[in-house]
Amino acid sequence: MNEDRRSFIKKAGIGLLAGIGSAAGLFPALSLEKTVFPAWDEKPEPGKRRWGMLIDTRKCSGSCRECVAACHFTHNVPDFGNRKDEVKWIWKSGYEKVFPTASSQFQSPEVTERPYLALCNHCAEPPCTKACPTEATFRRWDGIVSMDYHRCIGCRFCMAACPYGSRSFNWRDPREGIRLASTEYPTRMQGVVEKCNFCSERLVKGQEPACVEVCPEAALVFGDLNDPASEIRKLLEANETMQRKPELGTKPSVFYII
Amino acid sequence: MIEKALKGNRNYWLWIGLLLLCIGAGFSAFSRQMWEGLTVTGMGRDVSWGLYIAQFTFLVGVAASAVMVVIPYYLHNQKVFAKTVIVGEFMAVAATLMCMLFILADMGRPDRVLNVLLYPSPHAMVFWDVMVLNGYLVINLVSAWTVLGAERKGVPPPKWVKPIIYLSIPWAFSIHTVTAFLYAGLPGRHLWLTAVLAPRFLASAFAAGTALLILVTLILKKTTGFDAGNEARQKLAVLAAYAGAANFFMIGTEFFTAFYSNVPAHMHGLQYLFFGLHGKSALVPWMWLSLFLGLGSLAVLMNPKLRQTSKWLVAACAGMVASIWIDKGVGLVLGGFVPNPLEEITEYGVTLTELGVTLGIWAVGILVLTLLLKVAVTVKKEQEA
Repeated sequence: MNEDRRSFIKKAGIGLLAGIGSAAGLFPALSLEKTVFPAWDEKPEPGKRRWGMLIDTRKCSGSCRECVAACHFTHNVPDFGNRKDEVKWIWKSGYEKVFPTASSQFQSPEVTERPYLALCNHCAEPPCTKACPTEATFRRWDGIVSMDYHRCIGCRFCMAACPYGSRSFNWRDPREGIRLASTEYPTRMQGVVEKCNFCSERLVKGQEPACVEVCPEAALVFGDLNDPASEIRKLLEANETMQRKPELGTKPSVFYII
Repeated sequence: MIEKALKGNRNYWLWIGLLLLCIGAGFSAFSRQMWEGLTVTGMGRDVSWGLYIAQFTFLVGVAASAVMVVIPYYLHNQKVFAKTVIVGEFMAVAATLMCMLFILADMGRPDRVLNVLLYPSPHAMVFWDVMVLNGYLVINLVSAWTVLGAERKGVPPPKWVKPIIYLSIPWAFSIHTVTAFLYAGLPGRHLWLTAVLAPRFLASAFAAGTALLILVTLILKKTTGFDAGNEARQKLAVLAAYAGAANFFMIGTEFFTAFYSNVPAHMHGLQYLFFGLHGKSALVPWMWLSLFLGLGSLAVLMNPKLRQTSKWLVAACAGMVASIWIDKGVGLVLGGFVPNPLEEITEYGVTLTELGVTLGIWAVGILVLTLLLKVAVTVKKEQEA
């Protein structure tokens, strides 16, 4: 092959690639991959809203599992019946597990034996989003720490980074562990991380999170922490509350009345 | 030059065949893992990293330890390392490759690995780790291959390779520092949340990696007759000894800080690893074995008379590698997950599939090292003849 022909083929190839590239830029419909921002569908108002939850643990009874069942049904959370493969978004645990760094010496047995709900804290300073190498988990404009299941590479760095054990990994195909499928929220695939999303899919429809809605004792209050007039803010001012491991500086958005 | 790896005696091909067999076994284990998910490993919700990430951590150290020959040879002109330096560099190449394979094996969706580059996230330490590991692989491969190629032609190496070799020195420190930062910046994982982790990683790397290098030169001497020289090995043994001493000193400081301060969260990880916590003590024998093996090997390497005896040298080097493999390749990663953030204790048990994948990846690394060293040894021998 002579030099002219070789350089012509080279230049033609480069030209073709450049053409495809610029066409994709000029006509977005032509591009091979499209970017959609469902999390930003509402007008972003940075710093204007911070969703939070207040759990009145005095009202929570040991036998009731309504919130857990509602959440796990709504979001198609699988149940494999073993701890190793377990996926959970919200669950009940003991005082010393949920608040391991809080004092439990000489506490009244009623307080230490009460169940405590554990879920993602939707931290204002989340260590998980910082550790994520692909922005597959990220903090939204409204304070919700969200997941993009289609971008997650399954490295589980966020699980190592979360100091609350709030994240679960799909060690196996989750669809095998769903008995009653819900149409409210998509199922996930094997090999990605998931966790509580503060029911962002319900919030856009103007509904409260499933756990809040279903609680028979109205022990859960959901609202905007940045709005001084909101019910949650009034309750936070009127009651003494706790956050989980506040000493780590993660600024959890979930508060507990003990 | 690569054609030199295609000519070998019967033992060479038997060895290659054995490695290919292991790679095949590893591949079949990996396809099972791909199909059924990471549930086939011993990992779970509480201990979410296991053998793969542990091997990765150990091997980053092996890769970084190439500087223990590059610094004296290129920076201090110590001619005694002339024959060792290429072995060290090729070992770094093989180790870095294994690191990347272990990361891939650990991922839930390895098909999406390029997302790390498509959505670069400088706030994530993994991003930096991918950058420095890839860079280190290229730097070592290019510099070692170029110098060897020049040697084959009997000409001095090209001038442009010198800066690349010098760059490999800080780069080696960077790969293990960034690897330590993967762990040391996570709140709530108290075993890892320590500023001494990066220095300790470097010290243990320079001890175990250098000891492994000594062993590789001895194997080369036995199988090919290519001798890197006893003087070089003795100097390396001293370096490994001091690095090992620094490592065990830092382990001691970890114990002091945790137990003198008496802060429960700081003690839990070490308690679990060395004494058992709430009746769970699967790793206790391993950790004590690691400690005694390491200290014993250190004593031998420090003693000039003993380390000059070939058998003691081999034993001490093997002991040092095993000790740090247990400490870094098992204890450190698992200990970070026990107890979990809710102070529950779940123990990890490795599965056959996981071992199969691990065996396969090690075989890939050893195969690459074998091929590279075959080329290096053939070229060096031709030059001598």
